[in-house]
Order: sequence, then C-alpha cells, then structure tokens
Amino acid sequence: MSLVRDIMTIAAVSAGAFFFLAGTVGLLRFPDTLTRLHALTKADNLGLGLIVVGLLPQAGSLRDGLKLVSIWLLVMLAGATVSQLIARNARQDETAK
Amino acid sequence: MSVATAFEIVLAAVVLGLGIWTTAVRETYSATVGFVAYGLLVALVWVRLDAVDVALTEAAIGGGLGGVLLLGAAARLRNTELVLTEAPGKATQVAAAVLAALTGAALAGAVLLLPDPAPTLAPTVVEHAWATGMTNPVTNVLMAFRAMDTMLEKVVLLLAIVGVWSLATDGAWGGHPGPRHRADPHGVLVFLARLLPPVGIVVGIYILWTGANHPGGAFQGGAILASMWLLTIMAGLTDTPPVSSRRWRLVLVAGPGLFLVVGLAGLWLGAAFLAYPPAQAKPLILGIEVAMILTIAVTLGLLIAGAPERSVK
Amino acid sequence: MSAVTVFGICAATMVGLGLYGLITNPQPLRKIIAFNLMGSGVFLLFGIIGRRGAAAGMGNDPVPQALVITGVVVAFSATALAIALLLRLSQTTGSTTLKTGVQPSAASDPPGG
Repeated sequence: MSLVRDIMTIAAVSAGAFFFLAGTVGLLRFPDTLTRLHALTKADNLGLGLIVVGLLPQAGSLRDGLKLVSIWLLVMLAGATVSQLIARNARQDETAK
Repeated sequence: MSVATAFEIVLAAVVLGLGIWTTAVRETYSATVGFVAYGLLVALVWVRLDAVDVALTEAAIGGGLGGVLLLGAAARLRNTELVLTEAPGKATQVAAAVLAALTGAALAGAVLLLPDPAPTLAPTVVEHAWATGMTNPVTNVLMAFRAMDTMLEKVVLLLAIVGVWSLATDGAWGGHPGPRHRADPHGVLVFLARLLPPVGIVVGIYILWTGANHPGGAFQGGAILASMWLLTIMAGLTDTPPVSSRRWRLVLVAGPGLFLVVGLAGLWLGAAFLAYPPAQAKPLILGIEVAMILTIAVTLGLLIAGAPERSVK
Repeated sequence: MSAVTVFGICAATMVGLGLYGLITNPQPLRKIIAFNLMGSGVFLLFGIIGRRGAAAGMGNDPVPQALVITGVVVAFSATALAIALLLRLSQTTGSTTLKTGVQPSAASDPPGG
C-alpha cells in the first residue's frame, strides 16, 4: 500500500517539477511581459497543483492534507491577482508610449 | 554525495547567485526584486537547518514585509536615481573587494574550525520546559527564558516608530502616514483585499495559537496580520490612522506595556523581574502574546506606511 | 560535506558580499539592501552555530534561534527607519546623494495634505 502511495507521489511531484521547469524557462526566454506571465501561470497553477496532489498521499492526517490544499488555493488566488495587476500595468505602459 | 547534500549545494549556489546579482545589477528596482527572492530562498535554508520558527519569520518579515518596504522606496526614488553619477574610484573598489574577501574568508575559516563537541543550551531548555507548559522550545526561550530580550525588542520597535514619525514635516505632524491609495473599486486588487483578509486573519491567529507547541508565534502571526492590513490600505478600502490618534498609540504600547507590568509583578510577587509563577505561566504568556501580536501587527504596518504626510482635515 | 559546511561558507560569503556592496554602491537604497544582505549572512551564521548544537531531540539549538527571530525584527525596524530618513532626504533636497557640500535644489517643505 505504501509502495503505491510512493509511486503516486513520485509521479505527480516529478510532473509538477517539470511544469515548474517549463514555466521558468518560459519566464526567462519569452520576449514580453504578457507571454512571460502566461508561462508563469503554468508553474503556479499546474506545477504547484501537481506537487500538492503528489504530497497528499504522504500527509499524516486529514488536517495536514487540508493545509496543503489551502496553500495551493491561496497561491492560485494570489498568483491570478498579481498576474492581472502586472498585465494591466504593462498594457497601460504600452498605450502611454 | 547524498541527494540532500546535492540539494543543499544547489540551494546555497542559487542564494549566492541572487546575492551577487542583487549587489551587481545596475537598476535599483531590479536589486530590490533580487533581494525579495533572496529572502524567500534564505527561508528555505533555515528549513534545511531545522529552524522552522526562523524560516517563518524570515519569509514573513525578511522576504514579505521587507520586500514591500524596499519596493515602495525604490518606486518612490525612481526619479532621483538618474541624477546620481558618483561611483567610487577604482582604488576604493579594489580595497573594498580585498576587505570583503578577507572578512568572508575569516568567517568561513571560523565556521570550518568551530570546536567539537559544539556547546549547546538545548538540553537545558528541554529540562526546564515543564515550567511554562509549552512544548515549542523557541517560544519558551522567547517568552520565558530570555523574555527580557523580547521585551526590549518591543521597545526597539516603538523607538523605530517614534523615529519614523519624527521625520514628518511640520504641516503633516499628527496626520496620516504615507500616500492615500486609490484603486478601481471593481478591480481585481479590491476584490483580493475583500476576499483575503478574513482568511489571513484566521491564519495569523492560528499561527499565534499553534506557536505554543509547534513552530509559529506572535512575530510570524503579527507579520501576517500586518500584511492583511496593508493590503486593505493599498486597495484604498481603508486609510492609515492619523498618528495623533490616542487609541492607536495605546495599541502601539500595549505589548511592551503588558510585558512590563507582568515583569514588575514578578519582581513584587515572585522571585525576580519577569519571573512567572509556574502555575500561571501559560495563561500569562498567552496574554502577553495576544497583546504583542496586536502591537507587532500595527507597528510593522505603520513602519511600512512611513512618516506622516497628510494632515488631518 | 554537511549542511553546516555548505551553508556556513554561503553565509560567510554573503557577509563579505554585503560589505563590498555597502562600500562601493553609491546609492543609499542599495547600501541599505547591501547592509541587509550582510545582516542575513550573520543570522545564518547563528543558524549554523545552532545547527551544530543540535541536541536533546532538537535539530537546532533554540537559544540562537530565538536571538535570530529577535534580530530579524530589529533589522526590519532599522531598515524602515533608514528608508524613512532616505525618503525625507530626497523630499527635502530633491536628490539622494550622501556627498556633503551638494546644494539642495529644492529646499522647501511641501505642505502636507
């Protein structure tokens, strides 16, 4: 039983790490603010989500699991808000030019 | 080499790289962003050093609130930056590099040559943990065994606030600190400032409460409460309080004040200054911590808001 | 190599790096950041000492940890005071130079409000 859980964890966390890597490469390589934000959301939402899903089987109790899920939800909320603020600022800068 | 060691080496390398970038990059704004990222990664280093209490403090205060403070200053000083062309000469730079290298090498040498076995107070702390009824050793040290440090640190926070306020212009004295923020009332920032604070307040209080037995405490919880307050201020939902307000000043002195009262009571009723009677130690400490979290939250928020700039109309 | 060695060398380098930035960077805000880098290196050295003193089922000596928590908060309040001074300087003189003898370009107190 613990072997199945470990395999699930390894698979999901590796997939999450891959999305983080892809998002970071995009952040460094993409040409302008909007496409960079697009790359970043992949890392934030999918990457962290997969890592949380991967850690859930290792959580000692229901409370720990709920804490992990709420971290993911809070990061998504903050990430979405901040991306929108940055994007709006970037667009205003463009129209001002 | 184990996986953990490899991870630690990579982490240390990234931290160092960010430190170098922060020092060397041309634009001040970039340096500020680099410092925030550095602060968050240093929090990871603290986790690896098995000091989760410090990691929480570093992430909340060093990375989070410190970042807000520096970013705000960098944004406001952006226009003055262009005037400045007074880089030091080559000789100064070389001398500074030699001095910095010598200091770093001496410290690294000292770390490598530390005596074995290392001196430690951990057994003493465990031995006396019964006296407070709390199992988080760091909270025990902060609130009981070295309570004097923590009380004086609250006084430092108070002095810093007095120092910041005293920089107000004559016209603005007694007024509201910082600019009045305005945001689109239907925008996403206002939405976040309405949605997040209830969650953040619960998390902040939880971190205070759990600090008795697990990593956490008044500092970390207070920093979270302060950030929730700052979020509503930045979204324009509320204004910073005028510094002449007596009620807010009372909150600012509540933490160190209660600490001092309990300390003097210990001198009068018990053995020494700040000596808690073991039977009442836990409720007393929790009481002080509740007063402290309010004081810390308001002080940190007002320190970031800065000197009074707008007089009370 | 243990965590103590890796992070110990990292912390010592941060102190050196902060010192270099503090001396060579002409801008006051950069000096403040460099000073904070130095401080964080010193805090990490405390953490190293505490880590070596791991005993009695604890991974890190709690006394240095408590000192560092106090130190982080004090460093933050000192930074806030320094930044308030800097903002006031730029408000009064219109620049943030630390050189003496520079004439203030606009030495007027803007009215509050």
